[in-house]
Amino acid sequence: MSYAVKNLVQGSKELIAFRISDQEFCVNIMSVREIRGWTQATPLPHAPAYVMGVINLRGAVLPIVDLSARLGMKDAEPTARHVIIVAQMKTKVVGLLVEAVSDILTITDENIQPVPEVSSDLERQYARGILAIDKRMICMIELDALFPDTESEVA
Amino acid sequence: MDMNEIKEIFFQECEEQLAELESGLLKLNDGDRDPETVNAVFRAVHSIKGGAGAFGLDDLVSFAHVFETTLDCVRSNKLEPTQDVLKVMLKSADVLADLVTASRDGGGVDESRSRSLVKELEALAHGELPSSSGHDAPKPAAKAAPAAAPAAKVEPPKPSDDSGFQPIPFSFDGFGEEDEPAVEGSLYEVIFKPRRELYSKGNEAALLLRDLSRLGEMSINCDTDALPALDKMDPEASYFSWKISIRTTRSEDDIRAVFEFAEWDCDLEVKFAEEASSNDELPMVPVPFDLSILDDSSSVEEETANERGASEETVAAALSAAETASNVSRAARVAEKKESAAATAAAQNNAAAAAAGAGQTIRVDLDRVDRLINLVGELVINQAMLSQSVVENDATGTSAVNMGLEELQQLTREIQDSVMAIRAQPVKPVFQRMSRIVREVADMVGKSIRLVTEGENTEVDKTVIDKIAEPLTHMIRNAVDHGIETPEKREAAGKDPEGTIKLTAKHRSGRILIELADDGAGINRERVRQKAIDNDIIAADANLSDDEIDNLIFMAGFSTADKISDISGRGVGMDVVKRSIQALGGRISISSRPGYGSTFTMSLPLTLAVLDGMVVTVAGQTLVVPLTAIVETLQPEASAIHSFGANQRLISIRNSFCPLVDVGRVLNYRATQANPVEGVALLVESEGGGQRALMVDAIQGQRQVVIKSLEANYTHVPGIAAATILGDGRVALILDVDAVVAASRGQSMKPEMSLAATG
Repeated sequence: MSYAVKNLVQGSKELIAFRISDQEFCVNIMSVREIRGWTQATPLPHAPAYVMGVINLRGAVLPIVDLSARLGMKDAEPTARHVIIVAQMKTKVVGLLVEAVSDILTITDENIQPVPEVSSDLERQYARGILAIDKRMICMIELDALFPDTESEVA
Repeated sequence: MDMNEIKEIFFQECEEQLAELESGLLKLNDGDRDPETVNAVFRAVHSIKGGAGAFGLDDLVSFAHVFETTLDCVRSNKLEPTQDVLKVMLKSADVLADLVTASRDGGGVDESRSRSLVKELEALAHGELPSSSGHDAPKPAAKAAPAAAPAAKVEPPKPSDDSGFQPIPFSFDGFGEEDEPAVEGSLYEVIFKPRRELYSKGNEAALLLRDLSRLGEMSINCDTDALPALDKMDPEASYFSWKISIRTTRSEDDIRAVFEFAEWDCDLEVKFAEEASSNDELPMVPVPFDLSILDDSSSVEEETANERGASEETVAAALSAAETASNVSRAARVAEKKESAAATAAAQNNAAAAAAGAGQTIRVDLDRVDRLINLVGELVINQAMLSQSVVENDATGTSAVNMGLEELQQLTREIQDSVMAIRAQPVKPVFQRMSRIVREVADMVGKSIRLVTEGENTEVDKTVIDKIAEPLTHMIRNAVDHGIETPEKREAAGKDPEGTIKLTAKHRSGRILIELADDGAGINRERVRQKAIDNDIIAADANLSDDEIDNLIFMAGFSTADKISDISGRGVGMDVVKRSIQALGGRISISSRPGYGSTFTMSLPLTLAVLDGMVVTVAGQTLVVPLTAIVETLQPEASAIHSFGANQRLISIRNSFCPLVDVGRVLNYRATQANPVEGVALLVESEGGGQRALMVDAIQGQRQVVIKSLEANYTHVPGIAAATILGDGRVALILDVDAVVAASRGQSMKPEMSLAATG
C-alpha cells in the first residue's frame, strides 16, 4: 500500500494487466480488491448477457461480469484457469471475468498514448489510453465508464 | 466526555422517561390508583425537568414545571385523577415529548397548544389547591438524572481587597423574565451559604440566585465577613454567603427546588420573614470557595459530571427523604439524618427498581450488534459448508469429526438465536406512539375512542419495529377516521358512544401477528364496490365475493371517504400500507362484519435477517421459496392439468381450478413450459387473494437461510426478493412469490404488473 502511495506521489501509477482472448487490457490497481479463481456462478434471471450471475465472496453476493462480452467480444467460456478480478466501482463491488492476469505495470503518464480514432462507440467509451510495453499493446480501460451508475449494469 | 455527549445521554434518558410517563398515565387512566404509579409518573417528569434545567432548555423546564406541579397535586391527593384530568395529562405528555424532540433536533412546537395546556394544567392545580402557600406536599423524591453539571462558567468574585468591604444590596431584577411580577405573596428569607463542594461540583452561586430571582421580587445581601486577608486566602475555598429576602406567591418548596441540585453542598435556610427576624446574625462559618474553577473549569466539570452521576441518585434521595421528615431548618441536621435516611432511600430505590421491572441493561451501538449478526451469519454458512464437505468425504458418518460437527451445528444455531434475540425489542414503543395518534386524531374528528393494546411485550427484530410504525400509523388513522362512527351514530346504532380500537401483537408460528380491530361500522361493501367500478378497478359486472370486495381497499388509488380530510383519505391509502408490509416480507388481510367493525391482520417475519425457506430446483438452478408463502405442495397428476386458452394451464385441486405458473418460464430459465407432471406444484397464497400453483422441478428440502442483499452490489432483479448462500457455498436466489404471481397475471392487473417490474 505504502509502496503504491509513494508511486502515486511521484506521478506514476500501477496497473494490473490481464488478457481476454488475444488482447491485453489493464485497469488501475487501486480499484482492484482481490483476484480469485473462477467458481460456478448462479445465473440471474432477466440479466443482460454479460452478467454471468452471482457468486459467494465470503458471505457477500458478488455479481460476475463477463468482461469479454461487456467489451463487445465473444462470450467467455469459463474454465478453471479463468480468473475473477474483484473490483470496487464506487459503492459496488463487481467481479470481472478475464482469461488471465498477465502483469503488474508501473507507468507514468508519459507512457500513455491516446486512443486512436476508431469507429466503434464502445472502444471510445471505455478506452482511456494505450500502452506500448515490450512490443505488446495494452489498452487501459476505465471501469467506471464500463458500468456507469445510470446503467447499473442492466440497461 | 463533552457537553454534547452528556446531552445525548440526557435525551436518551428523556425517551425512557417519556415512555414511563405515558405508560404510567395510561395505567392511571385504566383506574390504577397505586401510589407507586403516580410516583413513577411524577419522577419521570421531574427527571426531565431536572436534566433540562441543567442544559438551559427553558421551554422544556417551564412546561415540565407546570406539569409537575399538577402531578404533585395528584400525588398529594389534592386532585382526583379522573378521566378528564388524565386526558389533559396525556396531552401534556405528548407536548412534553414534542418539546424534548424540539430541543434535540431543533424545530418548533405548536406554541398555542402548549400554552393552552399550561393553562389547563394550572387550572387543575389551582382548582384544588388551597391558596395559602404553606402547603407541605412531600418533596419530590429526586431521582436525579445523571444530568451533567451545567457548564461551569463561574463568575469570578470581584477582586476586592480585604478591608472595609461592606455587604452590598444587590438586585437581580435585571435577569428577570418573570412571567408575573409577584408583588404579593409572602416574604421569605433565604440564607444561602455555599460550601467548597458546591463550586467544585460545577455549580455556581450566581446562577442559582438568578433562578431564585425568577420566583419573585427579591433583594440580596452578600455577606463577605468571612473573607480573610488576601494573603491568607485559600483560592479554592468558599467565603461568601448570601442573605436573600424574596417576596413570592410560590411556596417554600418552590424556593427549595431552586437549590435542589446544590442542596447538599450548601447550608440553606428558608423561612418566613416574620420568623426570620430573630435569627439575623448567624455566625459566619468560613466556607470553602473554589476559585480553581475559574481557571480550569472544564477539567473540573468533567470529573464532577462523573462524580455526580454516581453519587447524585442516592444523595438526592437521601436528602429529600430527610426533608420530608423534618419541617424547619433542616439543613443543619441533614448530616446527622443522612445515615438513617440513606436506608430509606435504599429501600425506595429498590422499590422503584422493582416497580420498573427492568433487569440490568446496557446501551450498545446498533452497528456493533449488526456486525455481530453478520459474523454469526457467516459462521452459520461456514458451518454448513464444513459439514457438507465432511459428509461428502466420509461416507460412514460415524467418525468423531461428524459427532463434533453435530455439536458445532447446535452451538451455531444457539449462537444465532441469541444474537437475533439481541436485536429483538418489544413492540411497546410503537404501540405507545399509536395511543398518542389515536388521541390526537380522535380529538380532531370529534370522536371518543379508546385504544386497547395487548401483547406489547411481544418481541420482534428492531428493523421490523422501525418499519412497522409507519403503516401502522396509517391504519390507525384510517380506523379512527373511517372505521369508528361518530358518537351520535354509534348511539343510534345502540353501541357505546366511545369507540374501541384494539391493537394486539402475538407470536404465531415464527412470525409476529399484529391485529388492529375496531368496533366501528365495518366495510360498506356496496360503496367499496361502486367506488372500484367508478375507478375502473373492477368491471361493472364483476362477480366478487365479500372477501374480494374487502380486499379491494388495498388497491392503488382507492379511498372511500366521502370527503377528503387532512387525516386520511388522500387516495394514498391502504395500497401504500400493503406495499410497505409486503416490503417487510409480511402479509396483510382484512375481515369485516358490517355493523361490528373490521379487523386488519398483519403477519410479519420476526427478523429480516433470516428466513425459513423451501429449497427447490428449477431448470437446474437452486431457488429458495419463502415457506410462509406456501400453502401446500402437491405432485400434479396428468388428469388434473387442463389447458386453458393458448398457453395457460389450470390445475384442479379438490374441484377448484387454479392457474399453473411455471417458475422457470417466468424467470426466463427455459424457453418452453416444462411438463407439469414431471415437477412439483407449490400452492401459494398471493396477495391479491386467490391461489396460484407454482411449478418447480423438484423440492430439495427445507432450511433456514440468511438473507443477503442483491442490491448491495447489483441491482433489483424482477421476481427475485434477495439471495442467500447455501451449504455448498453457492449463491441461491430467493423467489419473490408475489412478483412472480403478478407477472403471471399478465395484463389483467396493470398496477401490480408495473410494480412487479419496477420492484
